[in-house]
Amino acid sequence: MSEFKINALKQAGASRWLQSLGLLLIGLLLAGCERPIPETVQTGYRGTGMVQVYNPRLLEAKTEQNQPPVALPSPGSDGPKASQVYKNVKVLGHLSVGEFNRLMVSMSSWIAPQEGCGYCHQLQNFADDSKYTKVVARRMVEMTRHINADWKPHVAETGVTCYTCHRGQPVPSAVWFKSDPQPYGSNFMGDKAGQNTPMEVVNLSSLPNDPFTPFLLGDQKIRVNGPTALPSGNRQSIKQAEWTYGLMTHMSTALGVNCTYCHNTQSFQNWTNSPPQRTKAWHGIRMARDLNLAYLEPLTEVFPDYRKGPTGDAPKLNCATCHQGAYKPLNGAQMAKDFPELQKHPEVLTTKVAAK
Amino acid sequence: MAEYQNLFTTVQAVGPVHPGVALGHGNSPRTGQPLINHWIGKLGNAQLGPIYLGGLGLASLFCGLIAFTLIGMNMLASVNYDPIQFVRQLFWLSLEPPPPSYGLSIPPLNQGGWFLIVGLFLTASVLLWWARTYRRAVQLGMGTHIAWAFAAAIWLFLVLGLFRPILMGSWGEAVPYGIFPHLDWTAAFSLRYGNLFYNPFHALSIVFLYGSALLFAMHGATILAVTRFGGEREIEQITDRGTASERAALFWRWTMGFNATMESIHRWAWWFAVLCPITGGIGILLTGTVVDNWYLWAIKHGVAPPYPEIFPAMVDPALSNGGKP
Repeated sequence: MSEFKINALKQAGASRWLQSLGLLLIGLLLAGCERPIPETVQTGYRGTGMVQVYNPRLLEAKTEQNQPPVALPSPGSDGPKASQVYKNVKVLGHLSVGEFNRLMVSMSSWIAPQEGCGYCHQLQNFADDSKYTKVVARRMVEMTRHINADWKPHVAETGVTCYTCHRGQPVPSAVWFKSDPQPYGSNFMGDKAGQNTPMEVVNLSSLPNDPFTPFLLGDQKIRVNGPTALPSGNRQSIKQAEWTYGLMTHMSTALGVNCTYCHNTQSFQNWTNSPPQRTKAWHGIRMARDLNLAYLEPLTEVFPDYRKGPTGDAPKLNCATCHQGAYKPLNGAQMAKDFPELQKHPEVLTTKVAAK
Repeated sequence: MAEYQNLFTTVQAVGPVHPGVALGHGNSPRTGQPLINHWIGKLGNAQLGPIYLGGLGLASLFCGLIAFTLIGMNMLASVNYDPIQFVRQLFWLSLEPPPPSYGLSIPPLNQGGWFLIVGLFLTASVLLWWARTYRRAVQLGMGTHIAWAFAAAIWLFLVLGLFRPILMGSWGEAVPYGIFPHLDWTAAFSLRYGNLFYNPFHALSIVFLYGSALLFAMHGATILAVTRFGGEREIEQITDRGTASERAALFWRWTMGFNATMESIHRWAWWFAVLCPITGGIGILLTGTVVDNWYLWAIKHGVAPPYPEIFPAMVDPALSNGGKP
């Protein structure tokens, strides 16, 4: 074989090798793409990026996950009251026995379909309060009523039921605990300043991953922008902006929407050009704070240790607890209207059965 | 016969290795035995080494190594010295500046103290390396254009980590040392100061950034396209304009009516590159110190158009007690 032929063969081998390398690189590059091509829906003035981006495949899956269960038919409010028939009925006593039992059966299928009545009740004596779950459930019924009556600016007439959060699980899939500021022994080096860990709550960004303690439990300032063009005493720092950014990222992921669902792209601070959903979200933040402070934190002593967080606090709620990826929980299904038992009743308006 | 028209360097002229010109008094000897590497020759000159290290280079590397190690050790400690988590989370890990509450005072080591120490060594390393580029250029009898271009980048670096934090009265304003964390810092910076896109110096900086890329591509393509006529001897053609230069000029005059010259194109490129960090640094330095909200500033001065209001009029709920019952 002549030298020329050998060289030609060598070159052919090298070019095949380069070709396959090229294909591999293109494949790796395309592996990062989302399928199918996302759909873009314009929501604001043209050319300003006021759009929502949806992946039809994920949207379909999300729609399936957010179907409400069929409500049992209501037996009506006639007949003896639950408080007259059963013992130790503190918050649902005004219901008829039929309504009461329907709600109990519904709650069991919403919250503990595997475990049944025994998840909260001593099966030998249903009136007994010895299981912590029963004490918590009673307080949660009060919380549901409080939401439906007093947080209409956020939940409107759609309202909520136990299923809005629980979805067939004893513990809702999205709850949060205070993070441990110093998870490792050493305090010499390696402080993360509450951020820089890839966590789902902030969409795997390096933003502060417990924005809930300051904003949904505490009352720290969320707004970081100043009201004037030139400095006029606004001392909010870039670091504080990162905490706000963390909370907003959580809201965006929890609702499955882009920033532009609530904000306009020119100025995140400006209200006059913001989509109206922003007001709903504003009330939502206050609602989550109210519920965490008034209902969940006070249950700390009731919860057993295995239900508590790394610093020993009670599980708390954030936007994802109800929304679970949907812009409205259960895509806005009007589930609460079938359960007037979970609306505030004049007889129990002032009742407040504190857990302990 | 090899053809001299290329995208990648296909022809490698290999001769005896060149140790470099003789250096005058006060210079240390160059380090390392030079060698020829075919694969390096694909990208640039095939000769590797010798390297001039010298006192400034050694001092710079020493300071840089301390900064690099301290950042790495802090990242490693933040994952409890777990090497697997260190690799997995590397892009998320960071050495954070002190909390803003410490102002310009010296914080405890784990609350930003390490950050300040790293900043000191990193700044020393960068400045020493600058002095090295300046001195090496002078020793080779070159102009100091490279050193001054590097100084433009150092200006932006010092604005971000030193000048602006001092003017703002808080080390907490500085940029964290981490891959994703510094990107999130950038986004948070824009969010805090009312949308940096309305900062005209930011806009200028982007012009020069993308403009540099465009100029570089135009110039590189032009020279490669006329290498078969000797166009790679650009500097020679400044004073002795040959057919390569004429054809390149003619091409641009025909396509856009105007052309740079073999000399001026390099001045264009140098100024575009240098103005990118200079204007960017000015924009950063003004943010928070002189202007607090770029969106409001741009609206006030007619820089940004107010878009038509298409949503129902809405007021800040915080002003009306939230409309809460």
